[in-house]
Parts: sequence; C-alpha cells; structure tokens
Amino acid sequence: MPLVVRLAWRNLWRQPRRTWLTVGAMVFSNVLLVFMMSLQFGTYGLMIDNTLQMFTGHLQVQAPGFKDEQKMRLVVEDVVATADRLRLELQSDTIAARATTFALVSSEARSFGIAIYGVEPAYEPRVSNIPGLLQEGRYLADSNATDIVIGETLAKNLKVGLGDELTLLGSGRDGSFAAAVVTVVGVFRSGVKDIDRNIAEIPLGLFDDVFFMQGAGHQVVIVAPAIEQVPALQMQVQALLEDRPGVVVHDWDVLQPGLKQAIQADLSSAFFMYALLVILVAFSVLNTQLMSVLERTREFGITMSLGLKPGRLGRLVILETAIMGLLGLAIGASLGFVVVSWLSVSGFAYPGMDEMAAQFNLPSRLYPQPSWLTSFAGPLVVFIFSLLSALYPALRLHWLHPVAAMRAA
Amino acid sequence: MRTLSVLWMLAYRNLWRNHRRTIIMLAAIAIGVWAMIIMIAMMRGMVEEMLRDGIETLPGHVQAHHPDYMDDPSISNLIPVSDAELTTIMQQAGVSVWASRVKVPAVVTSERESRGVMLLGIDPESERGLTFVDYDKVEGRFLDGVDDSGIVIGRKLADKLETGLGKRIVIMSQNPDNEIADRGFRVVGLFDANMDAIEEGFVFIGKQTAQTLLGVPGMVTEVFALGDDYRNVDALVAKMSVLQDSGILVQPWQDVDTYLGAMVGMMDGFVLVWIVVIFLALSFGLVNTLVMAVFERVREIGLMLALGMKPSSILGQIILESLLLLAIGLAIGNVLAWATIKPLESGIDVSAVAEGMQMMGVSSTLYPKLTMEDVVLTNVVVLVLGFFASLSPAWRASRYEPVEAITKV
Amino acid sequence: MAAVRCVDLCKTYHQGGEDIHALDHLSIDIETGGFVCLSSPSGGGKTTLLNAIGGLDRPDSGEVYIADQRIDNLSKGELAELRLHNIGFVFQAYNLIPVLTARENIEFVMQVQGVASKDRKPRALAILEEVGLAGLSDRRPAEMSGGQQQRVAVARAIVSKPALVLADEPTANLDSKTADELMELFTELNSTHGSTFVIATHDERVMQYARRLVRMLDGRIVDDIAQHAT
Repeated sequence: MPLVVRLAWRNLWRQPRRTWLTVGAMVFSNVLLVFMMSLQFGTYGLMIDNTLQMFTGHLQVQAPGFKDEQKMRLVVEDVVATADRLRLELQSDTIAARATTFALVSSEARSFGIAIYGVEPAYEPRVSNIPGLLQEGRYLADSNATDIVIGETLAKNLKVGLGDELTLLGSGRDGSFAAAVVTVVGVFRSGVKDIDRNIAEIPLGLFDDVFFMQGAGHQVVIVAPAIEQVPALQMQVQALLEDRPGVVVHDWDVLQPGLKQAIQADLSSAFFMYALLVILVAFSVLNTQLMSVLERTREFGITMSLGLKPGRLGRLVILETAIMGLLGLAIGASLGFVVVSWLSVSGFAYPGMDEMAAQFNLPSRLYPQPSWLTSFAGPLVVFIFSLLSALYPALRLHWLHPVAAMRAA
Repeated sequence: MRTLSVLWMLAYRNLWRNHRRTIIMLAAIAIGVWAMIIMIAMMRGMVEEMLRDGIETLPGHVQAHHPDYMDDPSISNLIPVSDAELTTIMQQAGVSVWASRVKVPAVVTSERESRGVMLLGIDPESERGLTFVDYDKVEGRFLDGVDDSGIVIGRKLADKLETGLGKRIVIMSQNPDNEIADRGFRVVGLFDANMDAIEEGFVFIGKQTAQTLLGVPGMVTEVFALGDDYRNVDALVAKMSVLQDSGILVQPWQDVDTYLGAMVGMMDGFVLVWIVVIFLALSFGLVNTLVMAVFERVREIGLMLALGMKPSSILGQIILESLLLLAIGLAIGNVLAWATIKPLESGIDVSAVAEGMQMMGVSSTLYPKLTMEDVVLTNVVVLVLGFFASLSPAWRASRYEPVEAITKV
Repeated sequence: MAAVRCVDLCKTYHQGGEDIHALDHLSIDIETGGFVCLSSPSGGGKTTLLNAIGGLDRPDSGEVYIADQRIDNLSKGELAELRLHNIGFVFQAYNLIPVLTARENIEFVMQVQGVASKDRKPRALAILEEVGLAGLSDRRPAEMSGGQQQRVAVARAIVSKPALVLADEPTANLDSKTADELMELFTELNSTHGSTFVIATHDERVMQYARRLVRMLDGRIVDDIAQHAT
C-alpha cells in the first residue's frame, strides 16, 4: 500500500469514535436508500404490470377519439382480421380483438348497467388475467355461444350463479335496440372493485351478432414480452397499420395516464427524501473533516515548512474522506443488500397496506428484490457528495501559513 | 439545580467556541427540521383534503343503512323505519346535522348514450354544504325541493351522454317488486367535482320524486350525520346507536370507506417515522459534535471537577449544550418551514399528474397544512431524542477523573 | 491542630514496565497559616503529595488529615464538597474557564458553593481588586497575559477564604518578573487571610519565598528547612 494511503488510513484512526460516527452516518443513510429504492422500484414495476396485465395490455389499436369517449360508433373495422394480421406480422399470439358497449344486464332479481366486452375466447387469456381468475365455472370457448362470464361482485349483486340466465339490453352500432339472453358459465374475481362489479365478457361472435357490429370492434389489445419493448413495438404496429387511416395506436401510458403519474408523484416525494439524506450525510462529513483539518493545523504547518505543498495536504484530506466514504459505501451497500434479500423472502408489510394494495393493484405483502442498481445507486451518490463536501476543508489548506499554523494552539 | 443558570450560560458560550462547527451543525439541523415539517405539512394537507373529499363523498361521519345494503345497495334494502320516524328518533338522540336519502343504482339514458350511475334522491336543504356539491357553483340551478321534477348531473356525465342543460334524459331503475321504474327528467343543473369518478357517477333528484318513481313512499335507503371532528366520531356513533334497536346498521366513516380510514392511521405513523429517520441521520453528526467538544475540553472539565463541581453538573452541562444546539436549529428550521409553506398555502398545482392523483384519491391541487400538533410533535420528539443522543458523551465527560483530565496533554 | 497531616503515605505508579514510587512512606505535618514549598525534581512526588493533600488522588496506603478530619477514605462526592468549600487550587496552566470572564470565573465557583447571588458580584470584584486586577474583571482569559490569568486563578482560589490553598507549579509558565509578583501576592494573602499555603515547585526563586522548604526525592522527604522568606 502506498505510504500516502497508509498515512490517510492511520490519520482516520487517530480519532476512532469520530471516524466510526461519520461512517455510521453514511451506513445509516445507505441502508435506508437501498431499502427504499428496492421497495419503490419493485412496487412500481409490480403496480404497472399488475394493472396492465389485468385488462389494459401494453398497446391498443383504437379508433381516434375512442379513448376519451367510448362511443359505440367509434369502431375499428374488421377488427378480427386486423388482429389476425398483427398476429401474423408480429409472430405473436398475445394480441386480441375486443368490442365493447354499455348495456343493462338483468337477472330475475336485479338489473345493473355495466360494460359488456366481446372478446376472442382463444386469445383473450393471452392479453388479460381475467380468464385466469375464474372462481367458478369455465371461461368462454365458442365464439358464438350465448355464454357470459361476470365478476364475483356483479354475480352477488345480481343474485345469480353458474347456469343462471341474464338478459342483456342495449343499443346496437346503428342505434337500434339490441337484446340477448345469455347463460352464466364462469364467475371471476380480479380483486379490483371496478372490474368485479362492472365488467362482463361475452364471445366476440355473439357480441357482433347482438349489437349489429358487422365485423367491427373497438380495440385490439397487444401485450409485449417486456415493458421496455413497448416503444419499439408501438412503432412497428404503427408502421404496419399505416395503410389504415381510421385507427391509432396508444401505449399504456396514454390509456392509463394515472399510472405513470401516480408513480411520478411518488417518485418526487421519494426523491426529496433521498436528497435530504444525502445532504445530511454531506454535512456530517464536512463537519468531521473540517474539525480533523483544524486540529492538525500545527502539524500541517510543520509539514509545510519542511517543504510539502498545500496541494499534497489537500489531497491527503480528500484521500481520507474517500477511504471513509468507501467504508460507508461498502458496509452500507452490503448491509442494505442483506436487509433487502431477507425481506425478499420474508416479505414486507406495514399497517394500512391492505387497503392501499386494493386501491393500487398490489399484493398485500411486498417482496422487494435486491439488485445491483438499487444496492449501489444510493450509496454511490452518498459517496460522491461526501467527497464534494470535503473540498472545502481541503481547499482551506491552501490558505494555511506555515508559521502562523505552527503557532496555533 | 442552583447551578442551572450558570450552566445555561456556559452551554451557550461553549457552543460558540468553535464557530464553524456549530454553524455547520446548526445548518444541518435546520435543514433536517425544515424537511421534516415541510413533508409533514404536505402529507397532512393531502390526507386532510382526501379525507374532506372522501367524507363529503360518502357522505358524513356516520352512516346508517339496512344491514344488507352495503353488500347489495338496492331498493330492496330500505331502512326499516320510515323517514318520518327517523326524524323523530334522530331528534330525540340529539343529532342535529344529518340527512336521509334514497340512493340506488340506476341507468341514465340520453338520446345517444347510456351510463350506469348512482341515483340520489335527496332533500337539498338538509344536505346543503354537507356533500361534494357546492350549490352556488352549479351551472343552471340545484334542486329546489324534495319534489323537484328536474335532475342535476355532473358535467363530465353530460359530456359522455352528449346532453346538456335543458335537455331530457331518462332514469331507469327497479322498484321493490323488481319491475323497471323509469321516468324522464329535464337537466336543470350541472355540477363540477374534484374527481371525474364523482362527476360521472352521481345524479341528483328530489327525495320525494325518487320515492314516487321507485314506489317507496316515505322510505329511504341511507342516513348520514356529521359531528364536529372526523377524528372523533365515537360520540356521534353512540348517539345514533339507538337506531340499532330498529335493526339498522350504524357505521363510522372508517368502516364505510376502509381505504380512507387506513390513510389517517398511516399518516400519523408516517409522521413519526419521518421525524425519527431524519433525526437519526442527524444524530451521528450531533453525537460527533458533542464528542469532539468534550474531547477538546478535557482539561477544563478536570479543572471544574477539581474545583469541587459535581460530576452530575458536568453531565448536565453537556446535555444542555446539546439541547441548546438543537433548540436553536429547531427555531431556524421552524421559521424556514413556515416561510416556505405560507406562500404555498393557496395551493400547489400538480395538475401535471392529475390523473395519478385521482388514482390515489387526491385532487390535483395540494394544500399543505401546518398544524400546531404536528409542529409541537416534531419539536418535542427532536428534543427528546436529542437528550438521549447526548447521554453517552455527557456521561463519559462526567466520569473523568480530575487528575487524569488535568494532566492530559 | 495541624492544617494538614499525612501519615505514612505510599503511592506507586506502574509505567512502561517499571514501578515509580511517587510517595514512599511519607509523613508530614503542616501547621496552620504556614507557607510551605514542596520541591523535587520532575517526578519526585511533589505533585502526587499535593494531589493527595487536596483530595484529588487517593494514596495506596496511609492517612491524610485536613484540620484533623480524615479525608483519604471519603467518597468522591464528599471529597468534591471538601475541595469546594475548604481548599483553593491554583494549577500551572488552564486554570480558568475560557468562555467566562475573570469576574465570572470567580462568581462561578461562588455559585457552585451556594453563595447568594447578591453577594457574588461585589465579592468577586473585591477579590479582583485585592489581587490587583480591578480593571480586568470583564476580560476573558484569552485577553489576559499569563501572569494576569494566574492572578485571577489565585483570586478564585481564595475568594471564599479557604483554610488551605494548594498551588502546583504556579509560576512555571511565567517570566521571572511576573513570577515574583505572583509570589509576593501569595505571601501577602498568607499573612492577610491566614490561609495555609502549600506550593509545589522546582523553581529555586519560588522556594526562596517559603518559610518552610520541604525537599523530596523519590517519594521521600530528604530535607525540611525552616527559612526566612525573602
């Protein structure tokens, strides 16, 4: 080890308690940062995936204006053909066509206004979690059968179960009266209040029939293999559909603006907290190093009169700070990693989380995942700011006068 | 204790022996305290808004229904006693601010579109100011009595239905015999609300009109009442519990909307956690400062002990120094926070993330709220924790042997 | 009654593998109102003896009496009380609390002793005048010369008229003229107030002021001379 590093190391241990307290501040902040970041990013990812995979998907092909006003007449013509074509061109089967309208669904006991979706039974399970969340019965199969699947809450409110009949009443694409009688073949529970209460799915073929769609629908839902691939996929789909003037391709951010925004809002408040921690640690380091420099005034004075330039002494101070910073980084990141790893197995929950979970499509117990990014991003920033805060004490040495320094107490 | 006043003087002057260190420490404390209070005010403001909106939406601090109504909010689950009897009971129970309504799901149809909504048959006078509708801000007019033949809907709903003031829309619901009950209404007023969901989901008609339409003369489905303080509804619940004798379920708002209820509890917990975490980040620097200060004054401490001062006085001195440092930092931090929040009290516009906010149940303007309790809590917690943080260095200082201390080089 | 009586004191330090006998079966009586110098080369035991007399340090064995009261077996708290009310200390350096002015340094001790607040200021000012520092009452130690600081220390030591004043190398950091002035002050106070003065020193000039000179070597008394002060 070069002499200057040895010197820096030993200087740190002249005041062991002071050094440990400063490193302690770093470790504390680092562990907090690692913990919070893993929790956050894990949660965001989960929130997005859960919400999108439930029903929305990553991209949707729609008629312009449909996303703002779901009017029956804003259709995607030949929706199944469009979906087929995309499936072929993109070599993917996580693409499904849908049609939707508002209708009155009536059982013997009750009636409710809900949103009816006509779906492709073969492909809908690939773009939505709902088919997989059936509590009773089975999902739709035949595209023309008079089957319906409804949410658990709706089933309860309608007072129906498997095998019971429901009447659908609404308006067709041409504005005419539309009605059908369907049989409940499946009941699902998504855990999302709105979905369980307000959504029912029937086969697209039946929908087309009942509501006089003439082959048109309202959405083609596309799910990408990973969320990072969505922008590229969007461009691909747009290119493929250039020859269809009547459609637009929206990504999930446009379809669910609240999602990204909720994350952004959360991020800014978290960022505030992170910045604060970093600043407080920087102050701690500033204080320590300033004191350490001041109490060595006499010593530095002697060293300088022996011929050493103040620059070298300044570098020594920076080096000492760097060593402390590395200690703080290493210990903090490791400890943080351990904490997160432990939590990734045992899970993390706080009081009030259940209700938040229901609201945001999150599980009621979080399992943050340790990662390189989350383990090092925070501690690295702390390290850098610690070095920066040592600049002032280091620079002060430039103004040190050897003789005056030696006379100092 | 007779020496307390001179200890204060010593503590104060000792703080200023080392300008730089004290100033740096004060800056750190001030920033930490500032951040504590700012964050708390923001969160408190957000939750209070959320609560106020939530309680206005529910509405009320306490609600009463038929026991099955919460699961099945339909006309079959009327409150077992008549509106007139209710009035008598509530009057005898001494509840002054309350109202009853007919609240059932319905379908609203315009020429072009249909929507599922919650139909509210109300007594406008008794509900004035208690709900999310500001009667004065309604475009057109609000209902003028229980037998008003008009309907008031949300602006966003009017847009979705492609209808407007003066136009006719049809309300369709069920009567207790499961027969369709429908009637046309003229739109006499349009209201705006913070949340889209509210503007699209609720329509108002006169209570008597509703009772006639639905075939339930003199009956209601929901009763709500307001007390003085949403935090403390036990008294109100107690008063209304007499309703339970008639087979009516009485619930405080926390049970009606568990998400809201959880928010409040979480908020209080969050406040404390936030303060403690920031303090811990500061504590390393604080203890370091005290340790260094004691170290520099070893001889002086030895002197004082030699002169006959009791070790407990030394302990007291160091603790006082720490408390004084914190007190000054707290004062600065408090003032800074107040100065930051005051100009923002008229609201922070976060409409950029409006939809995200709505997802969380928060409106798109944030109103920070500084409460006396929060400020006092922050200051007290910091001082108490500071006391404990200073114990170790103070204890060590008081344990010095005069001889060793005096002869320390 | 002797002001101080030490009987067969022993104190051994272990440093760097060696045993140093700071006090080796040492006995001494000091009469009330005396002006005694303890002298020894460095490490000869004078400071240790002074500390033992002042209740700052406990001997390994032997007895120490102050005004016929045994002190070597008192608790720390009782010793603190003793030092507070009955003994005045003047050290070589770092005698004063840096953040307090001269007057406040003196008032500080009085406050700890329990003197009423209305009496403290006048007495402090009076004692400062007595030691010749009337105009410096509001100066902090850093604003005074070494000699002035020592005078303030002396003032503080005697403000409550203790029976015993112990000084450990009080002139070591002073130039010869100032040292003389300080010793003159001691002598004067000794005769005016009648307090017993015990001064540890290895400065020959200081020793000349003593009416009794006790020379120590390796923890024992090797010479005990009565002499006329200069």
